[in-house]
Amino acid sequence: MTPWLVAVAQAALLALAAPLVVGVTRAVPARLAGRAGGRIAQPWRDLCKQLRKQPTSPADASMFFVAAPAVMMATSLIVAATGPFIAATSLFGGADLIVVVGLLLLGTVALALAGLDTGTAFGGMGASRAMVIAALVEPTLLLAVFALSFRVGSTDLSRIVAAGATEPARVFTPASLLAAAALAIATLAETGRIPVDNPATHLELTMVHEAMVLEYSGRDLALVEWAAALRLSILLGLLANLFAPWGVATSLDPMWLAVGAAVFIGKVCGLAALLSAGEVWTAKLRLFRVPELLAGSFFLGLLAVLASAILA
Amino acid sequence: MSGRASGVGVGLIRKIRSAGRVAEPAGDRGERLPQAAGLAGSVQVRHVDAGSCNGCEIEIGQAFSPVYDIERYGVRLVASPRHADVLTVTGPVTVNMASALRKAYEAMPEPRLVVAIGDCAKDCGVFAGGHGVAGPVSDVVPVDAQVPGCPPEPDAIVAALRGLTGR
Repeated sequence: MTPWLVAVAQAALLALAAPLVVGVTRAVPARLAGRAGGRIAQPWRDLCKQLRKQPTSPADASMFFVAAPAVMMATSLIVAATGPFIAATSLFGGADLIVVVGLLLLGTVALALAGLDTGTAFGGMGASRAMVIAALVEPTLLLAVFALSFRVGSTDLSRIVAAGATEPARVFTPASLLAAAALAIATLAETGRIPVDNPATHLELTMVHEAMVLEYSGRDLALVEWAAALRLSILLGLLANLFAPWGVATSLDPMWLAVGAAVFIGKVCGLAALLSAGEVWTAKLRLFRVPELLAGSFFLGLLAVLASAILA
Repeated sequence: MSGRASGVGVGLIRKIRSAGRVAEPAGDRGERLPQAAGLAGSVQVRHVDAGSCNGCEIEIGQAFSPVYDIERYGVRLVASPRHADVLTVTGPVTVNMASALRKAYEAMPEPRLVVAIGDCAKDCGVFAGGHGVAGPVSDVVPVDAQVPGCPPEPDAIVAALRGLTGR
């Protein structure tokens, strides 16, 4: 199979599976609360219906509002296509760590600008909160993966994952434990989960992601929600493959790719179930305490880099 | 400290185990609304209290609670009328809420439906003729379905909204 075909298949698989992963994160806490809960495919039903509805636009909105859903979806799809999710081969050389973090940040900034663009109080409030969180999360994402890139000598995510898959002994080091903790906290913050943001609440005073998308409707809302789901799958997939890289295809043999896809879906669904079950035991942090948590995760990332530089 | 924290965690697991499933088995589905056919099993609801005594709100809250668990039929409450397919309205529409209700309705993308919940929303109930009352919901926005009762039982609200999702 050609690398291009693999990239397209990878993006399609992630885009199709992402709403189901969101369905898992809703079903698990519902079961624990004694509910019957919605079906796992319910987010797909919601998306299909929203895609058929006409979008509306607030009176004061400009091109930023119109462009943000497309920018978010496009950046997420590029990361989904080139990242080391099913296959860790550096053949298309696009999965550089700095490029991936930059693309994710581009989507975040586009949505924050759209929130400001609506001219509503909640849009601006959500945008300023999202930027505070993004400014603290992106350095942690970079540092945590830098710690892993030391042992490979490259910031190419595919090469880091491939090295982990072929030499499992090098995955369990103090540096990767610290980096895993830092990346896990950064993932929670970047995807708007408890304790940083609560995806289940509609309380205006606490919401971050939802405050920015309040004015979207129909097709635009579907794109924003789909892209947000895709980012959750991307970050969970990176977390899984960087610290448990088993099952990732290291060649373009179709059989290994199929195994890689199945293992990847299993890993992401498992992580999503773990994440949402953990949310049952935790409360959301006060907004002013979120920087403390994120500074802590940055410090863990810094320690991981130091540990890998000294011990390697 | 850590002993207490782990105690809380274990206690919660025990509680989850002993509670099991609290969702009641499903009742009858309400009449299928032809206008709602395009929603295909997914209904996002925005609620507007146009002047109710909050009796109906308590029952709506129950419909979304673990016991009645309307979310299993594909109904979800949302934070903005822009995200919603269905507007649920309670209470007689007061003079001060009439324009707010109209604005919330106009902010919704097409196709949009309105469900009037409770006797007050239908014909102003005990508040009919009050000096601050503008009229029933159907005087302000077009109503597609009504749930009678003062207040209606959660089962009736669940049945009416299931008529919209068709599940």
